[in-house]
Amino acid sequence: MSDNVIDARGLLKLYGGARVVDAIDLSIRRGEIFGLLGPNGAGKTTTILMMLGLTEISGGSVNVLGFNPVRQPLEVKRRVGYLPDAVGFYDNLSARENLIYTARLLDIPRRETEARIMEALRSVDLADVADKRVATYSRGMRQRLGIAEIVMKKAEVAILDEPTSGLDPHATFELLEMIRRLKRGGVAVLLSSHLLDRVQSVCDRVALFNQGKIALMGTVVELANKVLGAGHPLLIEATGQDVAGTLGSIAGVRQVVPAGEGAWRVTADHDVRAEVAQRIVSAGGALTKLSDLQPSLEEVYTRYFQEARHAA
Amino acid sequence: MPRSLGGREGSPFTGIGPVYMKELADHLSSVRMLVLTLFIIVFGAFPVASSLQQLRTTIGSDAYLFLRIFTIEPEQVPIPFVQALNFVIPLMAIGLGFDLVNSEFNRRTLSRVLSQPLYRDALLLGKFLAGLTTLAVALAALWLIVFGAGLLLLGLPPRGVEVARALGFLVVAVAYGGVWLAVAMFFSVVFRSTATSALSALGLWLFFFILWPLIAQAITRAFVPPEITSLDQYIGLQELALALQRLSPGTLFSEAVLALLNPETRTLGPMLPSQMRGAIMGAPLPLGQSLLLIWPQVTGLIAGMIVVFSASYVIFQREEVRA
Ligand SMILES: Nc1ncnc2c1ncn2[C@@H]1O[C@H](COP(=O)(O)OP(=O)(O)OP(=O)(O)O)[C@@H](O)[C@H]1O
Ligand SMILES: [Mg+2]
Repeated sequence: MSDNVIDARGLLKLYGGARVVDAIDLSIRRGEIFGLLGPNGAGKTTTILMMLGLTEISGGSVNVLGFNPVRQPLEVKRRVGYLPDAVGFYDNLSARENLIYTARLLDIPRRETEARIMEALRSVDLADVADKRVATYSRGMRQRLGIAEIVMKKAEVAILDEPTSGLDPHATFELLEMIRRLKRGGVAVLLSSHLLDRVQSVCDRVALFNQGKIALMGTVVELANKVLGAGHPLLIEATGQDVAGTLGSIAGVRQVVPAGEGAWRVTADHDVRAEVAQRIVSAGGALTKLSDLQPSLEEVYTRYFQEARHAA
Repeated sequence: MPRSLGGREGSPFTGIGPVYMKELADHLSSVRMLVLTLFIIVFGAFPVASSLQQLRTTIGSDAYLFLRIFTIEPEQVPIPFVQALNFVIPLMAIGLGFDLVNSEFNRRTLSRVLSQPLYRDALLLGKFLAGLTTLAVALAALWLIVFGAGLLLLGLPPRGVEVARALGFLVVAVAYGGVWLAVAMFFSVVFRSTATSALSALGLWLFFFILWPLIAQAITRAFVPPEITSLDQYIGLQELALALQRLSPGTLFSEAVLALLNPETRTLGPMLPSQMRGAIMGAPLPLGQSLLLIWPQVTGLIAGMIVVFSASYVIFQREEVRA
């Protein structure tokens, strides 16, 4: 087999007559974080459930770590960790007891269980509350417990459905850090989300889903180039006379857009930061900020769907 | 051993052990279990206490004195113990089973559990068996209490054959509970709301207890010709009425229990003069004969349990896991 941990070919899901997942091709490579992005109802969860053998496949094929989830679901589920959206635990049991149940289902040897559970809980900062009932856990803690379950499982692939939904910015940051840690441990991660700016930072590659189809797939920069056009966006804050004019006269600058009081957004063909600094200073102005803007997935996404709607 | 079932690989029983153990622990430690136990003790204690009082006066004259604890109709409380059980066992089973599956949906644990290496088969069967075990434990405890009370108050030990018959009664009671447990679990698969599934199961139970006898009568009456001209016709009607009654698990339970605990019972159908011939009225049947007599009832109960369980299984297989 290749380096791919998940390979879907023409994967299809019909509900009634609706093509909820419409013959998609998708490959997740070993050791990468892959983002499945798209609006509500795009078919992200359905795709994930088919990969796990938790819902029937209407057509096409999917291969997970060399196994077929339809015929060999137990093999797949032994090796893949899954964090459902709005994950639930047994509220009357403690975190440790919940994980013990999972460990039994996984048939983890009894003498290893305790150590693996504590290690997993430590890795998500839940070791202190391991014996508290899950009923007392916040949403963020439950989500982390779900990650702990995957860590304990020693999964080769982690599939996370909307892992950050409903979390505050700090909890989101922590969770994303844990996802990065999974990757460092050699786990391939597939995550779905509609919160673009948050997942953008962790994903090596993303696929934009729309109405059951993959509209775009690649790295964030690739997608930005494709949808927003090539170019280096910069944010500049400066004082001085006719800053906009100065900026506009620099070779390679295509566009100068005011972005608030004393701030401009510049799009250029190449990196023009050095020239910008020099010209503004030599024109007698003062440069207070000069930053390279990352292409934002949010922008890609909005633009793409705007265009898709226009085309329709 | 890997086993194939409809193209799937791996045993359908993978993971059934942990499911069973967890469910059993949940049941046995739950407050609900405590309530149910109190419930059956209260329901059972009254009839038993009063039958014991009455039986103390007849010690020595009855060969099956011990079994009478279960069956006689005490003067103060006009329900024998077995009839109380006929009524209470379904309630217990429904109490244990009405949220077996839909609670996993509502707690959103189902997809997480099913993403571990086990089939839905194992989850469903493990839950059912754990419920059945719980029921068996509760009934066995009750049985022991009755037996102990009998020993103390009657002051004489039961004979071996009485113990054997009483044990048979326990087995029948568990099978009867199993039917209702399967029914409750069926509704817990069909309805996502626990309240709806509890209500449906209770509704069915009330239907069989109150309405079904009346309906069976009405149906039979519809078949009564203006004039009954032959014995065959009469027996035919009797058999129809009985067959209809036997669709209710409660009837099967009472019949089986009747034959087990009243050794004098010779037949469970309409009795013909030919069957009476050579039979001394009041002479008890040997245990083997009684068992033969109730065999159809017991298999009926077990078959009912399996049919209802299979129906839940089929529906559960097709259910979407997402909440
Ligand atoms: N059991 C079902 N029967 C019929 N249609 C369904 C069923 N489950 C999902 N769908 C439809 O399939 C489509 C895709 O749903 P899915 O849950 O995969 O979307 P999603 O991308 O995960 O959305 P979200 O961001 O809201 O989680 C939706 O339009 C939904 O209405
Ligand atoms: Mg979803």
